[in-house]
Order: sequence, then C-alpha cells, then structure tokens
Amino acid sequence: MRDAFIRILGEEAKKDPRILLITGDLGFKVFDEYSQKYPKQFLNAGVAEQNMMGLATGLALEGRIVFVYSIANFPILRCLEQVRNDACYHQANVKIVSIGGGFSYGALGISHHATEDLSIMRALPEISVMAPGDLWETEEATKTLIDIPGTCYFRLDKSNAGYTNKDLEKFEFGKARCLKEGTDITLVSTGGILNEVLKAYELLKEQNIHCRVLSFHTLKPLDEKSLLKAAGETEAVLTIEEHTVEGGLGGAVAECFLENGVLPRKFQRIGLRAGFSSIVGSQNYLRKIYEIDAQSIAEKVVRLLNSDRPKMAPNTISNK
Amino acid sequence: MDSKKLSQKIRLHSLRMTSRGESSHIGSVFSMADILAVLYAKILRYDPKRPKWEDRDRFILSKGHAGAGVYAVLAECGFFPISKLDDHYKDGSDLSGHVSHKGIPGVEISTGSLGHGLSIGSGMALAAKMDDFDRRTFVVLSDGECDEGSIWEAVLFSSHHRLDNLTVIVDYNKIQSLASVEETLNLEPFKDKWESFGWNVNEVDGHDHDQLESALQSIPFQKDRPNCIIAHTIKGKGVSFMENQVLWHYRTAKNEEYAAALRELEKV
Repeated sequence: MRDAFIRILGEEAKKDPRILLITGDLGFKVFDEYSQKYPKQFLNAGVAEQNMMGLATGLALEGRIVFVYSIANFPILRCLEQVRNDACYHQANVKIVSIGGGFSYGALGISHHATEDLSIMRALPEISVMAPGDLWETEEATKTLIDIPGTCYFRLDKSNAGYTNKDLEKFEFGKARCLKEGTDITLVSTGGILNEVLKAYELLKEQNIHCRVLSFHTLKPLDEKSLLKAAGETEAVLTIEEHTVEGGLGGAVAECFLENGVLPRKFQRIGLRAGFSSIVGSQNYLRKIYEIDAQSIAEKVVRLLNSDRPKMAPNTISNK
Repeated sequence: MDSKKLSQKIRLHSLRMTSRGESSHIGSVFSMADILAVLYAKILRYDPKRPKWEDRDRFILSKGHAGAGVYAVLAECGFFPISKLDDHYKDGSDLSGHVSHKGIPGVEISTGSLGHGLSIGSGMALAAKMDDFDRRTFVVLSDGECDEGSIWEAVLFSSHHRLDNLTVIVDYNKIQSLASVEETLNLEPFKDKWESFGWNVNEVDGHDHDQLESALQSIPFQKDRPNCIIAHTIKGKGVSFMENQVLWHYRTAKNEEYAAALRELEKV
C-alpha cells in the first residue's frame, strides 16, 4: 500500500504544485524517487510530531495540500491535540498518512501496534477517516484525498487484498464497495485485513455459506445505506477489523444499526479484545493468535450462524 | 495610529469584557497589551476590510488565554464593531475565553492549549518563503508556555529552515499559572537558550513602545535567522493592585475592584 500511495502521490504532485509531503523522519528509501523529482514538494520535519502537525496546519492554511507521513501511532497519538485543535478545528487541508495499521509492525512491540487509531480518529470532529483494503482502493483514495477538502486520517497497511476492482469500477469516497454479492451473511471489513476476509469468503463458500463482502475504505463518513441494506437482506452481519472492537468499525456499524432502528438478525464484531499485545510476531502470526485470520473468521461465522443466541427479528425497533 | 492610546483601549476593553463575562486572565492581557498595540499600530500590514488579504502579515497569539486582548485590538482596528466585544464569554457568543478564529475576522489561528502557535506560525512562515512572498509572521508566546516541548521543536525547526520572516515575542512577565517562572521551571538563561538554537534575540522593556517599535522595525535582525524579542513585562501592568500578582491570572475584577481598576486605566 505504501508504494502504491507514494507512486500515485508522485503522479499527482507532478500535476499539482500545491501538494507537499512531510515525513516525520521515517520512510527510509521510500521517498528517494519522489524527493528527487519534486524536491520543493518534500520536507523531512525531523522526529518532532507535535511541531510537524502544527507546521502542516500552517502550510495548509497557506494553500498547500499537505500529506504528513509517519508510521503507526506517531502521526496521531503523539500529536493528538495538534490534530484536533490545529488541523481539524481550522479545517486545514492536512492528510495524515500512517503506514502500519494494526499489526503491520507486529514484531516491533506495542508502541508500533496501531490498534486504536480508527476509533480515536473517528471521534474527532471535522475529519474524514479512510483505511483502504486493497491496492486499487489505496490508489483511488490517494487521489480522492487531494480533491476532498479538510483534514483526513489515512490508514495504510502492510497487507492488502491485491487489486479487487472490476473493470470500469468507479471509486466513491464515503461509499462502501460490495466485493461479493452473497445473501447468507455480510462480512464488513476495513483496512488491509480485507485479504483475510476474502479468504474467509472462499472457506465459507466451500461450506455453502454465501457471504456478502463490503469493504469500507471510508470509515467516516460511514456508508449507512449499504449496512442497512445488508441487515435487511442477510442473516447476520459481522464486522472485521485489525483494531480494537471498541469504537472502530464494529462500533460505528453497531451505532448505525441501533440509531436507524434496524437490527441485523445476528451481529458480531470481530477484532481485538485482549488488551495490549505484549506478544510480538509477524502480522500473520498475530492475526492467528488473536483470531482475526481467515480461518478464525470463517469459524466465527459458522458458530454465529449455529448459535442459539436470541435472534433479533429484523427491522423491529418500534420507533422506526 | 497612536500605539499608547491603543494600548489603553486594549486594557479598558479587556477589563470590561473579563469583568462582564466573569472570565480570567486579565493579568495576562495587561502584560502583553503594549506588545499588541505596537504591533497593530506600527508594525503589522493588514486591511480590516480584507481580513483574508493574501499579503497581510500573520499574527498568532499562542498564549490563547489572553484572547480578550486580541478581540479588543481587532475591534479597535476596525475588523468588527466594538459593540461585539460586549458578547465576550457570554452564552452563545463566538468570542471565547481562549482566542478562536471562527466567525471573527482578523483572528488568524485559534489557540488555548499552550505550545501550538509557534509550529503553525513556522508553517506559515515557511509557506511565505516557498512562495516568495514578503509577508511576515509574528507569534506571541507566554513565558510559562516555553515549558512545552513543542515550542522547542518549533524553535529548532525554524532556525534550521532559516525563517527570518518569523518573529517570536515572548511576553516574559515571570509569573505563570501557580507561581513564578523561577520557582516553577526556571527558563534562565533564557536568551542563551534561544541563541543556542540559532535565533537572533533582542531584549526589550515590553511596556516601552519605542523599544518595542524599534526592535520590531529592525526585523530581520540578521538574514536567514528567525527573530526573538524577549519582552520583559509585568503581569497585570497598568493597574497597581494587579501588578506582579499570580492572583490576577484568575481573578475577575468586580464592583470596587473593577471601579478602581477603571479609574487607574482611564487616568493614563
């Protein structure tokens, strides 16, 4: 995803001199070509994230489209107040790019596990939140970020689902993509874990369970329409994220259902529930440990479908 | 414009605003009232009819708690009607206790949490350099604010990028939130710190308009180096019983205190 992002950004920077990429002293070798081609559109702000975010705001308010790049939690948590007060409140054109969503840097330890970023970022006012699931979404979202005004959090991942786009497909900001049209259950995914979700889809297909797969490259604003449709048309809705279940995709989806008075028959949030991971390992290893890999997702789907937990009748909240 | 008269008006408006609205920080406004007055009367390039004029100088109050002073100076300079100041700190008002830009022409940046303004100012100054504009950026910091690490990140950045179009004025009144700067986190040797980070420093009496104007007129002090004016000030300056008192970081002047303060300020 990182390479796709920087390639597209380079293409866009060539056309639009307002684009400025600022790194917080990270991205060894990643920016060599970009910085050589567009030296006036590249800046290393050093290891000083608070200053970097304020600086980005100042530059954005003077007309630049600023992409601030760092890894994991560094561009958001170290400088959360600068993101909130400076970038968001001033509606500055600052696009915060974090490479290393979830367990992308799993072996580096909890400082590098970006596992609460989506919920924290989506809680901020006047910000968009995007987490592409495949390379096409990454490319299209990068272009979109240039066009949409204001502050955005852009979560990139080491894993991805390749290219899942159909011929002539159009990317729409704020609109989930339906990758599989199943009617048994719905798998709702955000970020690079889409690759596990698509593998789970295949595993379930072998068991004659036909999943609908929705990729939420945009988490905020949330595409409620696709969710409400899925709740009405499929037996269960499961959300899958490499992220805490608290307040991220799963939280957003649950809020959407309840507030709209539409309940899926069965609902489950698949994500992280075990607190910090003091265990380290590769992204794939940690996905297995925390049961968010394809096999675990498929097993959870089967268990949910077979469970006798009280079924909620669809569409029955009386105030609807 | 007469900077002395302007500083008196800033103090009078701010006293009325904080007393009516029962807000804090009058001592912090008074310590920088002369700095604001000299900037707006003599130094800054602006046009109140075109608050977003591209060539305007940028002014950021990083010590946002003294926002009443900024609202007062902007009203006096014609950015919005003086009568609007009556709304300060009231229910439904957009004139918040800490300075906010939303709906207020002339306020460049909203602040309130300390340590933010200089980084934003650095970005604005860098943008001017990149675009070859001669506009300048001025940031007023408090002394207590210099406890924030983010200030020193920005100080480092600005000298590295040779932002000689950026000027910091530190309102060095030597009193912070609970006690003196010396007792809390001593900043001395303060001038040496700025210089060692690559800034050119000019120390002035922050209530002497001639000294302030002369320092500000000589910017940039040296090509390729950012400018720091350490303005030695008195917290609560202008009202005898408020001067050098931590209390007036918080207290609102009411009744007799208000009348006494008003008398002293009107006498000037």
